[in-house]
Amino acid sequence: MAVALQLKGQRRVGMTGDEAVAYAVKQADVDVVAAYPITPQTIIVERIADYVHDGELKASYVAVESEHSALSACVGASLAGARVFTATSSQGLALMWEIMWIASAMRTTIVMALANRALSAPINIHCSHDDAYAVRDAGWIQFFAENVQEAYDLTLMAFRVSEDKRVLFPSIVNLDGFILSHALEPLYVLEDDVVREFLPPKEPVNPIDPERPMTYGPLALFDYYFEFKKAQAEAFKSVYPVILEVFREYEKYSGRKYEPVKAYGVEDADVAVLILGSSAGTARYVARRLRSKGEKVGVVSLTLYRPFPASDLVAKLKGVKALVVMDRSYSFGSPGAQLFMDVAAAFANESERPLLINAIYGLGGRDLLPEHVEEAFRKAQEAARAGKVEERELWLGVR
Amino acid sequence: MSKLLSWKDLSAPIIAEAGNSVLYKTGGWRALKPVLDQSKCIRCLLCWFYCPEPAIKRREDDSVEIDYDYCKGCGICANECPVKAIAMVEEGVG
Repeated sequence: MAVALQLKGQRRVGMTGDEAVAYAVKQADVDVVAAYPITPQTIIVERIADYVHDGELKASYVAVESEHSALSACVGASLAGARVFTATSSQGLALMWEIMWIASAMRTTIVMALANRALSAPINIHCSHDDAYAVRDAGWIQFFAENVQEAYDLTLMAFRVSEDKRVLFPSIVNLDGFILSHALEPLYVLEDDVVREFLPPKEPVNPIDPERPMTYGPLALFDYYFEFKKAQAEAFKSVYPVILEVFREYEKYSGRKYEPVKAYGVEDADVAVLILGSSAGTARYVARRLRSKGEKVGVVSLTLYRPFPASDLVAKLKGVKALVVMDRSYSFGSPGAQLFMDVAAAFANESERPLLINAIYGLGGRDLLPEHVEEAFRKAQEAARAGKVEERELWLGVR
Repeated sequence: MSKLLSWKDLSAPIIAEAGNSVLYKTGGWRALKPVLDQSKCIRCLLCWFYCPEPAIKRREDDSVEIDYDYCKGCGICANECPVKAIAMVEEGVG
């Protein structure tokens, strides 16, 4: 952050992913932060603790004894009307799991940064997407950052989306552990007053008020639970158009364009790869190289994972004959890993759909190398030529 | 219970107006029903003290009656009664 260049009202700075998230949280002027340290997220909450200590951020910083307590404190604070942030990884999120569902069903607007890390055992601190996938059903919005710039931008946008009165659901901003959380990259940051304009103070809905006592999350048995879940399901369907709106709005302030589904070269592609997070750049690098030799290959990556942009994805993959869905996790005993299942479901009733291959890659921080992506493209080309998939599950780069 | 609402009438699971738990009549949970024999009752009020609901109503003269809208049939009153004036009988029989 030492060197800063002026450019169109934005400053170009160097930050790690964790530092960029913390900086966005400071600019978002949050009221309450409750978190428990866990690698590779720790630097986020350390930086925020510095901001609060140094008087740069006027927030209640709640040091708790576990992640379970951290998220519980966030739920209470959010319902009281505060703008709330927390951050975690892997085992920490696993300990929050019980409260994750409550935070969504009670319509809190918490924003969480999730520095993605593999779940034990064996113990590992590096990147897998196990943690993000494990809370996919809990009713949180989930964004995936591809680089440090996106981690910063998406953190600001997450507050705006979650707190929108048509949404009122909590959000996760995923950033690949170490690969993004600890990598120093150049990025543009908005000026504080620009952020204030984009993200005005939160207007609470039904806040906790001692003058007007209410019961939050009371008992609802067979007579009402079903109706509450249907109401939550329908409410979650209204999230997607608001996200598109916020993406467009943010572009006006930042000049940076965001889309739920990023597509490269798929318009004329025979085969494509679908991927989440930081590895999308590697996939596009390989695709660019192959396309320069005349091979019709493409890459799609998701900025938005929940709600899953199914129809957008189906539309962008029109004409693709074989698709490799890349999962940085594994679902034991499942007919496919987590992203693969989403994609298979998205195409379930489509008359025209690509052959699907599932590639497992990068578990526990193993690098995804260009030759691994090339191998994925080769398998897809073989399938497209043969009109069938010989081997549906690939493990790229495993010994 | 009042008329059951559709999911379309619901948003977050919040009870915005306090004091409506009385609408939820828990007497339907009962398997055994306490039946009080007023002729044996000595008006000691132990049942009234012990009832966790409280579903035992105290009258002006310290006699008691059981509120079956909320009594869950736990049997504590029958257990505590020093003169065995309360019998637990199967629901629908006594």
